[in-house]
Amino acid sequence: MHLLHPFTVPVINVLNLLAACLLLLSFAMLSRRRTQRLITLFAWQGGILCLSTSLVAYSSGLHELYYSAALTLLLKVIALPLILRRLIYRLGAEWDSETMVNIPVTMLAGLMLVIFAFGLAQPISMMATTITRNMLGIALAVILLSFLMMITRRKAVTQVIGFLAMENGLFFAATSATYGMPMVIELGIALDVLVGVFILGLFFFQIREQFESLDLRNMENLKEE
Amino acid sequence: MELLAVLCLPLLGFLLLALFGAKRVAPELNITISFATFIAASLLAVRVARHGPILVFHDQFFVDAFNVFLVALTAFVGLTTAIFSRPYMRIEELHGRLTPRRLRLYHAMYQLFMAAMFLALLTNNMGLLWVAMEAATLSTVLLVSLYRTRASLEAAWKYFILCGVGIAQALFGTILLYFAAEKALGSEGMTALLWTHLNAVKGQLEPRVLGLAFVFLLVGYGTKVGLAPLHNWLPDAHAEGPTPVSAVLSGLLLNVALYAVIRCKVLVEGSIGVALPSRMLMGFGLLTAVLASFFLWRQRDIKRLFGYSSIEHMGIITFAFGLGGPIANFAALLHMTVHSLTKSSIFFTAGHASQASGTQQMDGIRGLLGTSPTIGWGLMLGSLAILGMPPFGVFSSEFLILTTAMREHPGTTPLLLIALGVAFAAIFSRVQPMVFGDKEAQPLPHSPALVPVFVHLALVLMLGIYMPPALAEWYRVAARLIG
Repeated sequence: MHLLHPFTVPVINVLNLLAACLLLLSFAMLSRRRTQRLITLFAWQGGILCLSTSLVAYSSGLHELYYSAALTLLLKVIALPLILRRLIYRLGAEWDSETMVNIPVTMLAGLMLVIFAFGLAQPISMMATTITRNMLGIALAVILLSFLMMITRRKAVTQVIGFLAMENGLFFAATSATYGMPMVIELGIALDVLVGVFILGLFFFQIREQFESLDLRNMENLKEE
Repeated sequence: MELLAVLCLPLLGFLLLALFGAKRVAPELNITISFATFIAASLLAVRVARHGPILVFHDQFFVDAFNVFLVALTAFVGLTTAIFSRPYMRIEELHGRLTPRRLRLYHAMYQLFMAAMFLALLTNNMGLLWVAMEAATLSTVLLVSLYRTRASLEAAWKYFILCGVGIAQALFGTILLYFAAEKALGSEGMTALLWTHLNAVKGQLEPRVLGLAFVFLLVGYGTKVGLAPLHNWLPDAHAEGPTPVSAVLSGLLLNVALYAVIRCKVLVEGSIGVALPSRMLMGFGLLTAVLASFFLWRQRDIKRLFGYSSIEHMGIITFAFGLGGPIANFAALLHMTVHSLTKSSIFFTAGHASQASGTQQMDGIRGLLGTSPTIGWGLMLGSLAILGMPPFGVFSSEFLILTTAMREHPGTTPLLLIALGVAFAAIFSRVQPMVFGDKEAQPLPHSPALVPVFVHLALVLMLGIYMPPALAEWYRVAARLIG
């Protein structure tokens, strides 16, 4: 029941390539300051996820995975980037950029995180089937890099993109390590993400109304005296 | 049947209140639905007590002694909070802090939040548990920012981002769990994440994967429990949101998140043994309790103060679950019950106290006993109860936890005692002038519903003096399930 069809070498190579692209895109996101660029990169990540999921679906013969690939395409390549773009357009934040980020230092920290992620995933990779060898490490690295992005950025929209990129990493972990979670759960997760983005959209307007800016540096008043 | 009612009634309430939440009768409707849910939950509890665990809908939902007790508690506190919130929200409206539209949002989201918590408690599927926990966060984010002030927006943002990051870790943990389960159970889609199925084969799950999964699950769900060092969202969300929301966050959501951790712990212990999970729970619990008790000293806001007190108690409960064994688990379950009852009653009185004084700053709240004796006495008795004064139930559970800790891990008792002592001094020295002191507070424009406060405190008192044998047996069964 585990492996329906063993993966062939070319398939594994392509999957590895896609995984590498995903990691590269995460680094690209770390190095970008403009919100618009980040949204484009996020859409690319979604595209890679869609491709890798379809490939796993094709070579394992698990047709359920096609649905989740389609869901990814709809949600992460089309819907979310569109919503985010409209949102920043309506907020007048199209040309916002992060000025306070030290890119080289962040990149170095990112490198450390990747090494850490591979180290952490090592024992599990050992027992995994061939396909998942590097995938789990890469997925964990993508999660940690998005986390780093959320910590270093000060704009509300950018933090949300970091949050969504983290979800991408989780999704990649799910498809590569386990051939996808059960469909109901995937739908539930997708719904949560979508609702979350809508709530955040509402939130941006409330924040801007109160603070006249989406800069989170204004939001550091709740502290212990 | 009862199970379906418990799940669907709040959802129905959400739809109804989303339509009619701005009407004058909305609070009464909210109470009616909460009451119906409570009846359904009680019937479910009776059925489980009589006929044992229930497994329904292709094994997707599972009720045993452990979760049915939390379902009953959640429904009960949900009902009393709905009763409390009727006059409280009217006064807020009179003070001009809320509009009918925001009240509609409040009522609808309140029921959605209850529905999410019931789903989290009743589902047998670890993936759905995650989805429900996330839904519970999402439904409360807009409640925390209900007043649309700068501080409340900041608190809600922090709540969303921190809990979002936390819950993402929990999802990674769930994926790892599924990864291990697939090897043992086969990838038959839905069944591999069912808790009962996993529990049956937990000895065969790959230990290395489960160890890593538990770290992620504990950190993830632990963020929602309010475990240090990711507890920062909790005091802010409690202080800036409306008081009924603080009461249900503190009294219920933290319990549900802890429930998720304990369900995971049972699985992981079956695979890698008790040493690692129990040490981690004890470590995080102690750290949280001690840290929170020292933070209590620095608080000026009454709801922040009790927010930190919730963190401290969650630390103690987590520590008790870490100790393990029938007595510590029994004490932890009892403490979950009495903490949730006491803390919500404290928030009820604290909310009215700040309404009467026009401020949440404790320096501005003085002489409650003079203006409204019931609020004053409610706050005093509630504080004494939460600090573990003898006749109340908190004393019995804390005593059991302390004595078990002394026997099993004597090194931890000084730390526990420090946490309890510091918390006692900090809270008592703050509450005393607020209750006694010179008269400053104004009478409220609308008479408060304080029946829930005294019902809660009476129950806590009863649990401290006399525990009905049926209830004790129930706790014992639940404690044995946790192992």
